[in-house]
Amino acid sequence: MSEIILEMKGVRKEFPGLVANDNVNLQVKKGEIHVLLGENGAGKSTLMNILYGLYAADGGEVIFKGNVIHDNTPKKAIGMGVGMVHQHFMLIPALTVVENMILGMQEGPNPVINKKEAANKILELGKKFGLKVDPYAKVWQLSVGEQQRVEILKALFRGAELLILDEPTAVLTPQETQELFTLLRGLTKQGLTIIFITHKLNEVMEISDRITILQRGKVVGTVNTKDTNKQDLARMMVGRDVVLSVDKAPANPGAKVLEVKDLEVKNDKNLVAVNKLSFEIRAGEIFGIAGVDGNGQSELVEALTGLRVVESGEVIYNNENVTNKPPRYLIEKGMAHIPEDRHLRGLVLNMSVKENMVLEDFYREPFTVNHFMKFDKIDAYSKELIKEYDIRLSSDDIPVGNLSGGNQQKVVLARMLQRNPNLLIVMHPTRGLDVGAIEFIHKRIIRARDNGSAVLLISTELEEVLTLSDRIGVIYEGQLMGIVNQKDANTNELGLMMAGSHKAS
Amino acid sequence: MQILSLLIEADFWAATLRLTTPLLLAALGGVFSERAGINNMGLDGAMLMGAFFGYIGALFTQNAFLGFVCAAISGALIMLLLGFMSINVKVNQIVTALGTNMLALGVTSTAFRMIFGNDLAQLTSPGLVPVNFGSLSKIPFLGKVLFGQTPIVYLAIILVPISHYIMYNTHWGLKIRATGEHPKAVDTVGIDVYKVRYVSLIISGILCGLGGAAVTLTGINTFYDNITAGRGFIAVAAVVFGKWSPVGASLATLLFGAGEAFQLRLQGLGFDIPYAYFYMLPYIVTMISLIFFMGPSKGPAATGQPYIKSGSKAKRKKVSRAGLKPEVKS
Repeated sequence: MSEIILEMKGVRKEFPGLVANDNVNLQVKKGEIHVLLGENGAGKSTLMNILYGLYAADGGEVIFKGNVIHDNTPKKAIGMGVGMVHQHFMLIPALTVVENMILGMQEGPNPVINKKEAANKILELGKKFGLKVDPYAKVWQLSVGEQQRVEILKALFRGAELLILDEPTAVLTPQETQELFTLLRGLTKQGLTIIFITHKLNEVMEISDRITILQRGKVVGTVNTKDTNKQDLARMMVGRDVVLSVDKAPANPGAKVLEVKDLEVKNDKNLVAVNKLSFEIRAGEIFGIAGVDGNGQSELVEALTGLRVVESGEVIYNNENVTNKPPRYLIEKGMAHIPEDRHLRGLVLNMSVKENMVLEDFYREPFTVNHFMKFDKIDAYSKELIKEYDIRLSSDDIPVGNLSGGNQQKVVLARMLQRNPNLLIVMHPTRGLDVGAIEFIHKRIIRARDNGSAVLLISTELEEVLTLSDRIGVIYEGQLMGIVNQKDANTNELGLMMAGSHKAS
Repeated sequence: MQILSLLIEADFWAATLRLTTPLLLAALGGVFSERAGINNMGLDGAMLMGAFFGYIGALFTQNAFLGFVCAAISGALIMLLLGFMSINVKVNQIVTALGTNMLALGVTSTAFRMIFGNDLAQLTSPGLVPVNFGSLSKIPFLGKVLFGQTPIVYLAIILVPISHYIMYNTHWGLKIRATGEHPKAVDTVGIDVYKVRYVSLIISGILCGLGGAAVTLTGINTFYDNITAGRGFIAVAAVVFGKWSPVGASLATLLFGAGEAFQLRLQGLGFDIPYAYFYMLPYIVTMISLIFFMGPSKGPAATGQPYIKSGSKAKRKKVSRAGLKPEVKS
């Protein structure tokens, strides 16, 4: 256990305007599960991309199995026995499992590929490590969990001794996560070493042997898991004490604001994405929808906000049938939408902060009078919001794209909440944000509820849905598996529903 | 009735094969580049280069075979230019292709005038002659259709199964297909995306060049401005119509070749219609077939997207504006 397989010394990597890794030292022992813990943007993935040869470091050295590595490339890294499972899978959906395995491998003088031999090797490896996969299935036909297994197999197929997993549980249900952990423990028993990147404290305590904590590109320290606890880790990760729970008074639901009846919506591939879905939300409550990414959440939100055509079913909003009404109509009725991708839908990145502040209302008084925009009014309005929502910036004339993710999200939030919406639709409100910003945004969403808004919260972070929502629905393949009250909810039951079993009634 | 009886004549089918050949070669070229992720609208320019330099090469060496070699080289060169613009400089691939197509038209027309002046009664070059199969060509119908063609026709036909085999049974083909779908995944297993795309483009250029020369060196043995007349674009349509597979694209070109052969026959029947209407036929067949037989088509996922390696300093700013931030997370 004590042999050191990997050592990274003084590694530095800069991107324009940002030091992603600053004098990072890391030691990994053979046969351990070593967690790299840190917030988004702490430099965990950057460090691993350097190890895997995707990025060139600006300084420092990497020593693997006693050899210093120069001019690293993925090819070299693979050759040495480093395998990486990226957060966004590096599989080609249109090809079969076996073709994905062979890619870059059978490179000898004989150009003809031998699928049969590769398929046998896949089955053999599968048996050895307990990873069952059909070699001739096309990757797009596999579930996300299966794709992840293929990615792990792909690394093993290439003879990996050190396996890097970048946020592997982000796309899994709690049960699938448990299966993955069992698998990883099995792998270390066979002599593999695993580096596990995450920002989820529960997982860290459960799976790791040792932990290295990164904060803003620097190593805070390396600790043994058995000598630490979640509070300490959170403090090392953020640099201050963190409140890990949210204060919330019981909900006081009022009149019905939104009712969805048998909604059916298709996705871009023209397949049914939302399937006969029904629910309702009342004023003053938060209805959360949990589920693994890609189960129709995006299509549901797009249909409710007028961005996607409803095939059948009804959306009743404030006692009016608004099915397939255009977005502006809904906005003028008082609907607000914090979209899943703030870059794509929430903001115009190249426009200034103050211009972004009036994206919904720019054409109306007081911002526009007789077709002329009143910039002094816009300016004053924007300044007020920046103060109210504590948005940190040097000037409100800079493009909103120059702000940090947390401040960008605050711009979206400010714009939406300032309109006093009667219905607030929020998707992944804290994706990619640091703990401080998450705290702030959670508080504001709860305040909006307390002020009488009906809130629809959709998130793939089960924790987030569990803490914020008053009632929780679980979506799976476009259908609601059931609705539970927050006080009756438990992770295990929700997890089973996320994997497709109906609520036990 | 007289029109329909054309369709069972051996002459018609022989002409179909002959006229399909340039389209077939170009379409195979298109399959290679599109599968590697280059949205190749530049087939026509490469064909035109091949048509001209094939003719010039054959004329000056007095050897039709060397003409085809020149054609292949010229096609590969213009595709290299297209590759440099779309792979390294990362200009929009449609714009790049427009540029190379216009360039090919300009280069060939200008060089043609520089060499021959305005004397349009220029020299004819040696051309390919039909292969002599002896008594085989005496077989009724089949003899005329299959055993009376020039060598380039047979080469084109043989290239269909060869391309299919390369695409689906070799690691070269696997790399090409993977690169057109998900270049980053290809990069992470240690394969050079740029190299795969360049090689595919060179193959594409060679095939288009040969296709161009198959227009000029198989009978007319001369050249005039824009002699390929948009055949490269028909080949592009054939690639889409054939769902990016070598066999599918080839069958599609056969349809267009038949359209062209058919219009030539129709002209011969002496209808009282301007001949220009008959000329339109293959192009109309292209449009109609695309309208009626194609649903929304899905090509290689990464076609038309330049591959930008993440983590390089210089590129980052430009990239993030396009909303494709390289991952600097966690």
